[in-house]
Amino acid sequence: MSILLDEATRVIVQGFTGDKGTFHANEMIAYGTNVVGGVTPGKGGATHLERPVFNTVKEAVAHTGATASLILVPAPFCADAIMEAADASIRLVVTITDGVPAQDMMTVKRYLWRYAKERRTRLIGPNCAGLISAGKAMMGIMPGHIYARGAVGVVTRSGTLGYEAASQMKALGVGVTTSVGIGGDPINGSSFVDMLALFEADPETEAVMMIGEIGGPQEADAALFVKEHMTKPVIGYVAGLTAPKGRRMGHAGAIISAFGDTAAEKAEIMRSAGLIVAPSPAELGAAAAQALARHAPRHVMVQQ
Amino acid sequence: MDIHEYQAKELLSGFGVPVPKGGVAYSAEQAVYRTTEIGGSRWVVKAQIHSGARGKAGGVRLCATDADVRQATKDLLGTVLVTTQTGPEGLPVHRVLVEQALPIDRELYVGLVLDRKHERIVVVAHPHGGMEIEEIAQREPAAILREVIEPAVGMRSFQARELAFGLGLGAQQVNEAMAAVLGAYRAFRDLDATMVEFNPLVVTTDGHVLVLDVKMSFDDNAMFRRPNVAELRDYAQEDPREAQAAEHGLNYVALGGDIGCIINGAGLAMATMDMIQHAGGEPANFLDIGGGASPDRVAAAFRLVLSDRNVKAILVNVFAGINRCDWVAEGVVQAIHEVRVPVPLVVRLAGTNVDEGRRILQESGLPILTAATLAEAAERVVAARDAGAAA
Repeated sequence: MSILLDEATRVIVQGFTGDKGTFHANEMIAYGTNVVGGVTPGKGGATHLERPVFNTVKEAVAHTGATASLILVPAPFCADAIMEAADASIRLVVTITDGVPAQDMMTVKRYLWRYAKERRTRLIGPNCAGLISAGKAMMGIMPGHIYARGAVGVVTRSGTLGYEAASQMKALGVGVTTSVGIGGDPINGSSFVDMLALFEADPETEAVMMIGEIGGPQEADAALFVKEHMTKPVIGYVAGLTAPKGRRMGHAGAIISAFGDTAAEKAEIMRSAGLIVAPSPAELGAAAAQALARHAPRHVMVQQ
Repeated sequence: MDIHEYQAKELLSGFGVPVPKGGVAYSAEQAVYRTTEIGGSRWVVKAQIHSGARGKAGGVRLCATDADVRQATKDLLGTVLVTTQTGPEGLPVHRVLVEQALPIDRELYVGLVLDRKHERIVVVAHPHGGMEIEEIAQREPAAILREVIEPAVGMRSFQARELAFGLGLGAQQVNEAMAAVLGAYRAFRDLDATMVEFNPLVVTTDGHVLVLDVKMSFDDNAMFRRPNVAELRDYAQEDPREAQAAEHGLNYVALGGDIGCIINGAGLAMATMDMIQHAGGEPANFLDIGGGASPDRVAAAFRLVLSDRNVKAILVNVFAGINRCDWVAEGVVQAIHEVRVPVPLVVRLAGTNVDEGRRILQESGLPILTAATLAEAAERVVAARDAGAAA
């Protein structure tokens, strides 16, 4: 098992025939992803990478049965592309594009809520590296060869720091079920909590690593979720202990953000919620190996 | 992106927000001319910099005569104003705002901000404006009035009315306060702002509500569709190195240490800086070279990092995904031929084609120290700095 994506998932690429779309679709196909076609408005009817091109996502879904879409369209058109995919009943949308306006994301998320929960599109990103189910399939731009197949689920804001974690784990013989980049933007599709819940339910995942950053409430929310809902060990790390406090104008930001914005505060919140906090970014792999070794059902641990 | 107070007031008055009469001046003569436009007998001359707390720093002068206005403007223009928010280097004053001085009865606080928790625009307000608003918010968070805006319908009148009555305003002032708040919301939405802050919003002794001071910030990602806002950008208010970095698609922030950093990805950059500190060093900068690490971009990164005279060693840490390591290595070698690097250099490459990348660095014959892991890279660069300092 893995979460969200495996070798059977039917994937289309929005922005299929562009340079980026072509390059990454090729990489995804080479990794084993079941790419069934793509969408480029105006190029419908053509064949690209031996797969059909459609004008609209609805057409693509009707002809290929696609349930997932990777979006590589330029930022100004990204919100529209996500909403088009949701309206065409795509279940999983992964958006790599960076530079999407925050208010566009606000609109997108409001739009996704118009669908009943069981039909609702799950959005990953934007501004992320995508997701990969090791050894099965990838929807994203990561170098597939650094991920060994294994038992650790990874969720990270940062793309390259996620690569760092995967390669440290591989060097220690620790593999990954699925690695998800949720992106670094202020408003993103899926949160740490969303992914933690999926990993908790995935029988193959034995431990989870979450890699956060400074700013925003998601890491603190995730720590609380781990404490209250997770039985699997969770390794945490927050980048930016040495990051300077950003220059800022005015007070409004500080008024709405409670305690827990800095890396040190986030690490402390994680520790007090029972996460295994990696002491440095060079020890992500070692922390994952330790967590797997220590993994035992909780009822055993509480017996004195 | 931030803009000046006078620019924000001009934008907002177009959305029906009540602001004092006034205008910008670039010279003492122009400032005096503004007083004749404005009328009245008392004016304030306000230094225009991208920072708050200007009053305490002497950047706001109350004037009763033309001579006062002339002198205040002369005093302020061309100076560097240091406030509690600018850092010790301060910000240069190239323009002033001349405004009618208002007889003030009450000072209120109203702020609109993009709230990451709700993922919506949130309006916060408090009956007491001023510098202490953050402490008030921490001490008694329940005293802060809040309205979360539903993006599908926008801010409704009842929400603005609740805030206005919540601020303790009388019936006559409620309408003016509502115009201020609703106008601010429309400007926020239509101009892709990330923050609009009235601090203070004032009630004058004759019972009118006006925005005395305002700060406004915008979403850089949306400036492609807001050219009229983008053109308000004042590069003189930004760190020149950060502006230079932005031109090359780099993200640079100067810090206090002596180890220069060139890294791909913001998260890895922050983690590498943490690792340097872990190893006993202090990063001189944050620098994210982003996805495509072309030789040009790497060379620009070296130039930026070396423009900081404190830098005593440099660490390049690139985890190549789409960028192949061989390509990044060629970029580094080419950059060193273009830019003289007078300090020790440690390069750590990982990811796609890593062996090929390391071979290129070794065969270049350049004095490049390499490292295989993040920990090794941080230790090596700190050791190289210390060796350089001892020599």
